[in-house]
Amino acid sequence: MLTYTLVAGLLFGLYFSLVGLGLNLVFGVMRIVNLAHGDFLMLGAFLAFWLFKLLAFNPLVTIPVAFALFLLLGLPLYYLLVPRLLSARDPEMLSIILFFGVSQVIEAVTTIAFGTSERSIPGMALGNAVKWAASVIGVGYEPGPVAILGQSFPISWVMSGLAGALAVLGIYLYLYCTRLGYLTRAVMVSREEAISTGIDVHRVSAIAFGIGIALAAIAGIFAPFMLNIITPAMGVDATITSFAVIVIGSLGNPLGTVLGGVIYGVSLIFLQQSSYSSWANTLPYLLLIGVLLARPSGLLGRQTRRA
Amino acid sequence: MPRLVRHTLLILVPVVAALGVAPFVYGNHLLLFNFIVFMALAQGVNIIYGLTGYLPFGYVGFFGAGAYGFSLVVMHLHTSPFAALLAGGLAAVLLGLLLTPLFRLSGAYFSIANLAAALALLQIVSNPTLEGITKGPYGVSLSGVFNPTLAYNTALAILAATLFLVIYLRNSRFGMALQAIREDAISAAMAGIDVVRARVIAWLLAALIAGLTGAVFAWYISVFYPETVFSGEVSIFAIVFALFGGTATILGPVLGVLILYGVYNAIGISTPQYFQLIYGLLIMGLVLFLPNGLVSLLRRWGIDVP
Repeated sequence: MLTYTLVAGLLFGLYFSLVGLGLNLVFGVMRIVNLAHGDFLMLGAFLAFWLFKLLAFNPLVTIPVAFALFLLLGLPLYYLLVPRLLSARDPEMLSIILFFGVSQVIEAVTTIAFGTSERSIPGMALGNAVKWAASVIGVGYEPGPVAILGQSFPISWVMSGLAGALAVLGIYLYLYCTRLGYLTRAVMVSREEAISTGIDVHRVSAIAFGIGIALAAIAGIFAPFMLNIITPAMGVDATITSFAVIVIGSLGNPLGTVLGGVIYGVSLIFLQQSSYSSWANTLPYLLLIGVLLARPSGLLGRQTRRA
Repeated sequence: MPRLVRHTLLILVPVVAALGVAPFVYGNHLLLFNFIVFMALAQGVNIIYGLTGYLPFGYVGFFGAGAYGFSLVVMHLHTSPFAALLAGGLAAVLLGLLLTPLFRLSGAYFSIANLAAALALLQIVSNPTLEGITKGPYGVSLSGVFNPTLAYNTALAILAATLFLVIYLRNSRFGMALQAIREDAISAAMAGIDVVRARVIAWLLAALIAGLTGAVFAWYISVFYPETVFSGEVSIFAIVFALFGGTATILGPVLGVLILYGVYNAIGISTPQYFQLIYGLLIMGLVLFLPNGLVSLLRRWGIDVP
């Protein structure tokens, strides 16, 4: 039973890292709070749903499509909103309100387009997708639960956890092994000094913003399997969960997001399995406040913080 | 004439008189009541955000704490509504005291933690295992004390007191001290202002206003669910109304409520998603092009607004 809780918590935790990863990147680079993060996740979920429903699109193939689409969406959105915002008196606070407005617009347009009904993709879809992917690389696989340490888990949990792990690895490689990532880290450390050394801060930030919302959309593709149903109003909860995850870890550090996700995932599954399951919904909020008060910079954060 | 008296005569008296007369000429009393509620809440946001710069994204937590403080005292102790009203205000102030450590956080961290606190309180109040105390998710019914006329007038009195408080803060040394802290906390401390004490007082005043407003709201509608009084929309509406009019002014939040809440009632009830769209675009435009509110526009045209 303990093994089941720990492995399930780890899988959910890796998925939640993916949910929070993009938000962390945007806050780390631009010091603005993308309160519409959960709504981009919702859009990714709807993209996966419609591509599957209308074109019988394989959810795994949707991943690169969503990444490219949302990256391209993010660039103009950045130039439309952020430079003007950063010239205001208190950009960090105003960004909360601005992106609340963005969130409202996205939710309203989605509701007008699709209505408020709940939708889902059958769990089989992901299993079949994996079967297809396995046949491409020449490995035999039959859709069904996956056995880990003697316990069996739905394939959707395993795939979502895997996607989370790969996304974190990808961001890590981007930040530490590419020139653009190197510049991105420079902007994270000090925006002013980055400008004075001649870095095109807006270009670096716009790409980070695009990657941030593209990661949210990818997390959204797995949302029908991990969160079971998708609705236009699901964005708010997803945003709060993302905040809990990234604050528990620490801002600007992809490994911190994994730590936050895993702590969140394991305690969530643990609480759901225990006799206190009715308190499971309270968990993200209490974890968030507790960690903020005990260590405002997050568990892996450096001690130095702006006053 | 001192500015305190002038502002009272020019803003407080007309607003309160208009809302006092309105029930006799306009039939939708719930709508008028909601105008009072949001005017008080927007001024509460004005005190904490406009004067100290901390954005209370979970401001609704105090509103809900006030509503439940009121309801619990009425349900379990069977006191008069006025005693329960004080209990509601006290519940919000206690919550405010409990949350004072959040001031160690800066910027967005404060707002997010405040939001999480309000949501945690909602989850706790609506937890089915607490049904014996809070009625859990099934909602509260206070038909025993139902008296809309008296509740309406009490709400009006709370609004009058709130407006007077804001006028006082605008024209007093303490209000100046708060604004100095907002601009630069370190310089303010160097000038001899007790930064921590001033912030906590402003925070507790804002909590008290929301708590009393929540309590009188519970009294007025008498039947409500946890989601009604902890709705995230309450915080958002109060913040956007205050911001739209212009924070750190007396008139701004009043204008914001009159215009935006008026628009909401014209189109928001029948087609909520179109209202949400317009509202979202309005908020974006506001932040990008008019971050200091309508009042700054009037000032630019040379009209001095208090």
